[in-house]
Amino acid sequence: MRISSTLYGLMAEFDDANALVAATRRAHDEGYRRMDAYSPFPIEELHEALGSHHSRLPLIVLIGGLCGCVGGYALQYWAAAIAYPLNVGGRPFNSWPAFIPVTFECTILVAALSAVLGMLALNGLPMPHHPVFNVPRFALASRNRFFLCIEVKDRKFDLESTRRFLETLEPREVSTVAD
Amino acid sequence: MTSLRQTADQLIPELAPRQRQLLMAGGVGLAVSLVGLFFNPAQFLQSYLMAYMFVLGIALGCLALGMVHQLSGGAWGVVIRRPIGAAARTLPLLTLLFLPIALGMRHLYVWTDASLVAHDEVLQHKHVYLNVPFFLIRAAIYFAVWNALSYFLNAWSLEQDETGDPRIARRMQRLSAGGLLAYGLTITFASFDWLMSLEPHWFSTIYGVLILGGQGLSALAFLIAVLVWLSRRPPLDDIIAPEHFHDLGNLMLAFVMLWAYFAFSQYLIIWSGNLPEEIAWYLHRLQTGWRFVGLSLVLFHFVAPFCLLLSRAVKRQAQMIVKVALAVLIVRLIDLFWLIAPEFHTAGVWVSWLDVVLPLSLTAIWLGYFVWQLRGRAILPMHDPQFDEALGRILERAGERP
Repeated sequence: MRISSTLYGLMAEFDDANALVAATRRAHDEGYRRMDAYSPFPIEELHEALGSHHSRLPLIVLIGGLCGCVGGYALQYWAAAIAYPLNVGGRPFNSWPAFIPVTFECTILVAALSAVLGMLALNGLPMPHHPVFNVPRFALASRNRFFLCIEVKDRKFDLESTRRFLETLEPREVSTVAD
Repeated sequence: MTSLRQTADQLIPELAPRQRQLLMAGGVGLAVSLVGLFFNPAQFLQSYLMAYMFVLGIALGCLALGMVHQLSGGAWGVVIRRPIGAAARTLPLLTLLFLPIALGMRHLYVWTDASLVAHDEVLQHKHVYLNVPFFLIRAAIYFAVWNALSYFLNAWSLEQDETGDPRIARRMQRLSAGGLLAYGLTITFASFDWLMSLEPHWFSTIYGVLILGGQGLSALAFLIAVLVWLSRRPPLDDIIAPEHFHDLGNLMLAFVMLWAYFAFSQYLIIWSGNLPEEIAWYLHRLQTGWRFVGLSLVLFHFVAPFCLLLSRAVKRQAQMIVKVALAVLIVRLIDLFWLIAPEFHTAGVWVSWLDVVLPLSLTAIWLGYFVWQLRGRAILPMHDPQFDEALGRILERAGERP
């Protein structure tokens, strides 16, 4: 019992990107879901090998963009047609062509802010510490080693059988990650 | 694998019969439309100008994108470099196809009518620029510049294929830098001459880049369609990956937005200025039935492709992106229809049968010529500096490392 409460997961270390992608695919096929892969550079296939769970970020950005669009137009409509209705060269107060650039800019502004803030809210950053750093060799993840970490929280996780499974993937090393 | 060094003709035997079919279909279409030339030469030339600008836009857009790729690099351009080169090598044909416009000028451009100019003070002032000899001299200069750029870039590309000398890439870069500048200038004046002067009183300084952005969009849509076709046959079927379509789809989205930005800027500036000599162009269009054509452009040249191309799934699936690309090519033609036809049919929307037959036949002939050019060279540029970045990993995985 003591072990499971202080354990974060099991981590396998690989020499190259292809081995990591292959191992991740195997782990996903085996039924593991609560896992993450770490590499020194982005690997396109990893996203899909991890079982690309759909992120809610696009929806947040879309809603942000629509709010910016409606808000930007409403601001101009209120200013030009309600609060300060000025006759400019006989044009209607609600002159939509003139409002488009600002409406567009507001759409982009709010969508971009939603993307950044939504991303931070969803991934929990900034995070001062993460258990994977308890493995000293993990420092190599930003140099030339590739890591796959299966977390204790996974339903299929079992210290013995998961370790045995990771050994079959021919890693350099399998280490326990303390929480 | 050595086979990728063979010419496209040897690797894709289907190209030769396709070329014959296209040339035959185009020839028949052109022969049929000669009936139109006989009965209504003015309408023939209006439709011909639209069809010609459409096809020229694809070829010049390809030439320009090729030069952009020489300068910017990037994996996106490697898989389309050969179709780009083949499209640029169609410029001699397009030079020849310009002749009907040069010969039929008096049916298209009212400023060629001396008696009309004599009674029009504005046109008298513009006569320094808008006169027949200078128009033809300028056209000769444009074609000389475009053909020279295409000739040297393609000749050096062939040399690069054969020798793999890294200095050639540097040389192509240097030419592309000046070439892009030359393209920007020539296409601006060419669009002023061939399209804007249809209404010689009117002027819009953004018109040139509007045409330029449209040509880039046409070229990208065309290249995506070609790449999808190639990706369904050996040898490229296991080489072209979703990432390639993703990159090109993103670029197409950027060009859709660029076109919308230019088109709307022109409208906003003229609407804000509200000057009699500028608004006429829009009045002819927006106060007649032509406004529905304009509205369809807003919806199908911007809103629909913009929303579709936001989706990652659409951009990564060949069968989805090819539909968007073909639809974009159709609206590109409608955009040219919107620029040209309202000048001659002021009462309202008028579609002649030549507006359908001529673009189809000219495109078929051009496409046949394009396929012929594509056949003669290897289908991938093995010595492109970005080749490994774009395809190295994929070829390695398939065990086809050259």
